[in-house]
Amino acid sequence: MRTGTVYTETVIYSAAPAFAADVPFQTAIVALEDGGRVTGRVLGDRVAIGDRVIEVETRDGVPFFKKA
Amino acid sequence: MRPVAVVAAGKTPFGVFPELDIRALAVQAGEKCLANARVPRQKIESFYLGNFAGPAFVGQNHLAPYVSMALGIQGVPATRVEAACASSGSAFFHAWTEVAAGIYDLVMVVGVEKMTSQPTPRVTEILASAGDLAGEIRAGSTFASLFAMIACRHMYEFGTKKEHLSAVAVKNHAAGALNPDAQMRKTITLEQAMAGKPIADPLNLYDCSLISDGAAAVILAPLERASEFTDKPVRVRGIAQASDYVALDQKPDITTFPAVRLAGEKAYRMAGVGPEDIEFAELHDCFTIAEIIATEDLGFVSKGCGGPYAMEGHTTLAGERPINASGGLKSKGHPVGATGVGQICDLVQQIRCEAGPRQVARRSLGLAQNLGGSGATCVVSILGAE
Repeated sequence: MRTGTVYTETVIYSAAPAFAADVPFQTAIVALEDGGRVTGRVLGDRVAIGDRVIEVETRDGVPFFKKA
Repeated sequence: MRPVAVVAAGKTPFGVFPELDIRALAVQAGEKCLANARVPRQKIESFYLGNFAGPAFVGQNHLAPYVSMALGIQGVPATRVEAACASSGSAFFHAWTEVAAGIYDLVMVVGVEKMTSQPTPRVTEILASAGDLAGEIRAGSTFASLFAMIACRHMYEFGTKKEHLSAVAVKNHAAGALNPDAQMRKTITLEQAMAGKPIADPLNLYDCSLISDGAAAVILAPLERASEFTDKPVRVRGIAQASDYVALDQKPDITTFPAVRLAGEKAYRMAGVGPEDIEFAELHDCFTIAEIIATEDLGFVSKGCGGPYAMEGHTTLAGERPINASGGLKSKGHPVGATGVGQICDLVQQIRCEAGPRQVARRSLGLAQNLGGSGATCVVSILGAE
């Protein structure tokens, strides 16, 4: 699984209909250890810029991260 | 390249108008514009329509001839331009190229959006289609959340504070309260602005622009013929459009918008001026952080200083360089496809000294900045009295 560092993040309280059941939820842009950045969801504890995260699963192509 | 002037401007109020469909809105703005100049509609040679998402918001496609024919502008090339929230700024840019190049003498540009017939979650979804559906949007991002992530990083790198964001909202509400065509005509306090309902942390409701219906229109002509059509021509001194990545996660630095810098630099060069010469501006405050970053990218302040600049009052109506004397997207409203031409109408009104209680003191050189998406398109226009 990929690892990286949080480049920026937010918690979404108002979402499109497909994500309405999930609010509030955190998204982050993660700078991957192997290069590049990706936008993903964050599970569990809220993360902040600079936190190390690890990818725990992928759903429909969307990476889900957790605090490492 | 010929010098070009705006010879007519007109727009609808921005707001919630259940009785007006998308064509009726566009026609209302177009008629007001035609009535603003001595331009017989049969003389218009080309027609542009800026619109972001008519097909998704109201199901109507083929909008350019749909509107031009309803305005009695028959047979001419009628072209729709889509560039997210910069749709009509881009339409204005392309209309300008036709006049500047000498292809046509009279070109009309209308911007329109009809948003309020959809519930907010659906509006959020339609707006999100201006982002990267294969990446950020699939992860649940909204436009508010993309700008929230921009704000988060700007705060981290430069110490920008929540108060700085809220100061932009307070200022734009104060100006909008004086604008009879604004959607939200009420002042707010800093405390209220700080305590809004959370939308995407750190942005709350007061950091977000409005969901609106509205339309705006202008007519362009060569400067040398402008006096045939109006006693108050406004010259397009500089204009440029630039582009960048659609996906936020592809940008090396999200605290700056390269397309804004590029378009700004080109427009300044064409006008033969610098940021210090700009007396007032209409900036694309889709979210409060966007106005702060625009002041930096356009060179009004150095990088990272946009927050304190907003907080210290330099950009209020009475400040040294008023920004969004119209109320901005925040208070005037943001019918996305109408916003770019709406900003041009606001500059024209100020330069002609027709803005009433919102009139800025120094009005001879104004700048409009229209942003699409999270910065993938930007159009910067510099208009002057001469």
